[in-house]
Amino acid sequence: MTVAATTHRLHLKTNRTVDLTVDGQHVRVPEGSTIMKACQEVGIGTPTLCYEQTLTPVNACRVCVVEMEGSRALVPACARKVEPDMVIWTDSERVRHSRKLVLELLASSVDLSYAPDEVQGYLDHYDARPERFGPPDTSDGAVHRDHTQAGHHIPTTNGYAATVAQPPKIDNELYIRDYSRCILCYKCVEACGVDAQNTFAIAVAGRGFDAHISTEFAAPLPDSACVYCGNCIAVCPTGALIFKSEYDMRQAETWDEERQTETDTICPYCGVGCTLRLHVQDNRIVKVTSPMDHDVTNGNLCIKGRFGWQFVQNRARDTGVEESVGTS
Amino acid sequence: MLKAIHNGARLYVVDPRRTSSAQWADGWLGLDVGSDIALANAIGREIIEAGLCNHAFIEHSTLNFQEYKAGVESYTLEYAERETGVPAQAIRELAHAYARADRAQLCWTLGITEHHNAVDNVLALINLSLLTGHVGRYGSGLCPLRGQNNVQGGGDMGAIPNRLPGGNDVEIAEQREPFERAYGVSIQAKPGMHLTEMFDAMEHGAMTVVYIVGENPAQSEAEMDRAIRLLSGLECLVVQDMFLTKTAELADVVFPAAASWCESEGTVTNSERRVQRVRKALDPPPGAKDDIEILCEMAFRLGHDWGHPSAEEIWDELRSLSSWHQGMSYQRLEAEGGLHWPCPSEVEPDSKFLHGWLWQHPVGGPLAPFHAVEHDPPIDKLTDDFPVRLTTGRRLESFNTGVQTSGYTSPLRRGESLDIHPDDGRSWGISDGERVRVVSRRGEVEVVVRYDPILRPGLTFMTLHFQDDVATNLLTIDATDPKSGTAEFKAAAIRVEKLNVEAAKTVEVAAVAGGES
Repeated sequence: MTVAATTHRLHLKTNRTVDLTVDGQHVRVPEGSTIMKACQEVGIGTPTLCYEQTLTPVNACRVCVVEMEGSRALVPACARKVEPDMVIWTDSERVRHSRKLVLELLASSVDLSYAPDEVQGYLDHYDARPERFGPPDTSDGAVHRDHTQAGHHIPTTNGYAATVAQPPKIDNELYIRDYSRCILCYKCVEACGVDAQNTFAIAVAGRGFDAHISTEFAAPLPDSACVYCGNCIAVCPTGALIFKSEYDMRQAETWDEERQTETDTICPYCGVGCTLRLHVQDNRIVKVTSPMDHDVTNGNLCIKGRFGWQFVQNRARDTGVEESVGTS
Repeated sequence: MLKAIHNGARLYVVDPRRTSSAQWADGWLGLDVGSDIALANAIGREIIEAGLCNHAFIEHSTLNFQEYKAGVESYTLEYAERETGVPAQAIRELAHAYARADRAQLCWTLGITEHHNAVDNVLALINLSLLTGHVGRYGSGLCPLRGQNNVQGGGDMGAIPNRLPGGNDVEIAEQREPFERAYGVSIQAKPGMHLTEMFDAMEHGAMTVVYIVGENPAQSEAEMDRAIRLLSGLECLVVQDMFLTKTAELADVVFPAAASWCESEGTVTNSERRVQRVRKALDPPPGAKDDIEILCEMAFRLGHDWGHPSAEEIWDELRSLSSWHQGMSYQRLEAEGGLHWPCPSEVEPDSKFLHGWLWQHPVGGPLAPFHAVEHDPPIDKLTDDFPVRLTTGRRLESFNTGVQTSGYTSPLRRGESLDIHPDDGRSWGISDGERVRVVSRRGEVEVVVRYDPILRPGLTFMTLHFQDDVATNLLTIDATDPKSGTAEFKAAAIRVEKLNVEAAKTVEVAAVAGGES
């Protein structure tokens, strides 16, 4: 495995600092930092789902909330800026209870089986037991979720957990959307919008429990504004958006991250010089990501860099290429 | 760029087509193809006229301002409006916005350089940066956006006719000699040929053996039927490529090569002169070898034992000869995520921008000269027989002759089309999706028409991506810039013919014949 170390280049706008207290420890951080940054300074980890360093915080998932003395409500650590003499508690009973409930509500309604191991770690850490809401309710017409009208929500059968279960949307050869895995963190909407791609192909549609990520009029991707940059896939924290290559391998039960290597190289197309992180299994590229902390494009790619690598493995691999050598 | 726009930067787009960038712009200057100098000179004249030049910078750091001023005197806004098709007021607005900005950049791509007067086009833009001092400072400058991942690096490594690695000039003895000493050979003290000259040399029989590495000129050259004829007539053609391209099919010998970006180690240099590492992630298919190995094997058979150097050993040899790259150890390239040349020392930072010395007191290098250049429209003139302008370019999901991008399925891909403005379609009686014949002075192709409102009436667009289906380069002209050797891919004159005229006649004849029987 040859993952390149990339530099973290901090662009701080001020030299002024703010003093605060986190879990009884004094912390000094630059003005404008978030509470989460202050926590990192003293080695306190914060669970996050909707946070991404390259995106504007949207405070959607509430799993990072902390207790701030003097504040009636818990505050989101990923977005709330530090203020002088703040007193923060990250592991109080109230915080633990809130994080546990948020995780239980998400895990009971959404399929988190493709989420990274750290998400399962959060559930274990906070002793979340999503099963206490009962078995998943499969009675409602999940396939109609795209077209639910406001006010027409079908209540869940008593004793069963409401879910966002629905079939995956497979409408192109590059990536698939499985919204039964979607926690509505908004990261894909942000990456498609002003935070990265500025294409605005997707947004949140619907209200309340019927809210969902959708293209305009729920059009299939090839009929939408999508330009297939895949920057939404890159930020999806639960595997709701995945490469078709990954999806197919998972269906065939050949997807095995243990056997995969990650190698950083440079995209073979234009002169921007985006870093491609090639995920390789059995000498085949199975997906492509890009490091968020590399300052050429901060993890963003275009369709060619994200998906245009197939040609290297279309060449004869097993039969040898000698027979195609020209001798005219 | 969009981030900058969201932060309040102003964007002006000068492009014959109203591109998606233009749709975000404060102003779109939709000029006629090949009128770039008329526009740039008019902007320069307006900046001078309005008293907006940076006189302190001009006096301190530049040469030939008076000649330039005299040269642009006749380029009034009214003249420019006539020559470019852009309203005088829009040109004036751009001139003032550029001159008044604290920091401003001019970025361009092949729309400037794929012309018979490519170098003059670039000089016209350099003049504007000298006029306003928008060069050599953080956030200001001139930025040619490179179209390939290592076209900059190829030039930096000496793959241009008059240069050795690190920009050293073959004609200057003290720059050439270190290479002769290091390589133990003498290097001819005059420039070699660029691609266009090579094809001329093939035509005249002066070049009979060609060794092509990783390029597909049988499909990428303007007037491609000529390129194919000349390549086919060689005594010996060797092609080293990842694919059996159309060029490789013409070859006497093909060396199957590993993919340099994912099957071997090395570096590439991007548009911003940033050298970055490429790494081996995959084993190449059986029979395909690393480019280094192929070249060393060739050298061995020609009597030179170069051994089996690693990519890093070759890089370190380059560093010993190129001051631009001296400070760029592999270790540092890894740790810092790439470095911009010049980077002469391992203990100093790299160079984020060039020409900062123009601002030093006294100036830390040669003064920057203005070059007065004249508007010179495209070679392929529009006439009654060929009344329509064809320009070429890329589409988002495809790349060049498509040997790489044809390998994946893209929902955005629609295949080749002749894109025309809907108004033209209506006035020519050609509907969206109709198949037509496109004829230039050099050749003809059949292709489907697509209405595209980002074009202007009289302007059409095609790509080079699907040469197997539609050989666009049968239409393009190989009129080339004598200074850069670049062909005028951006400006061909064509006419569009309906296909069903003959078909309709045939039907008519059949009907008449049927009536008689």
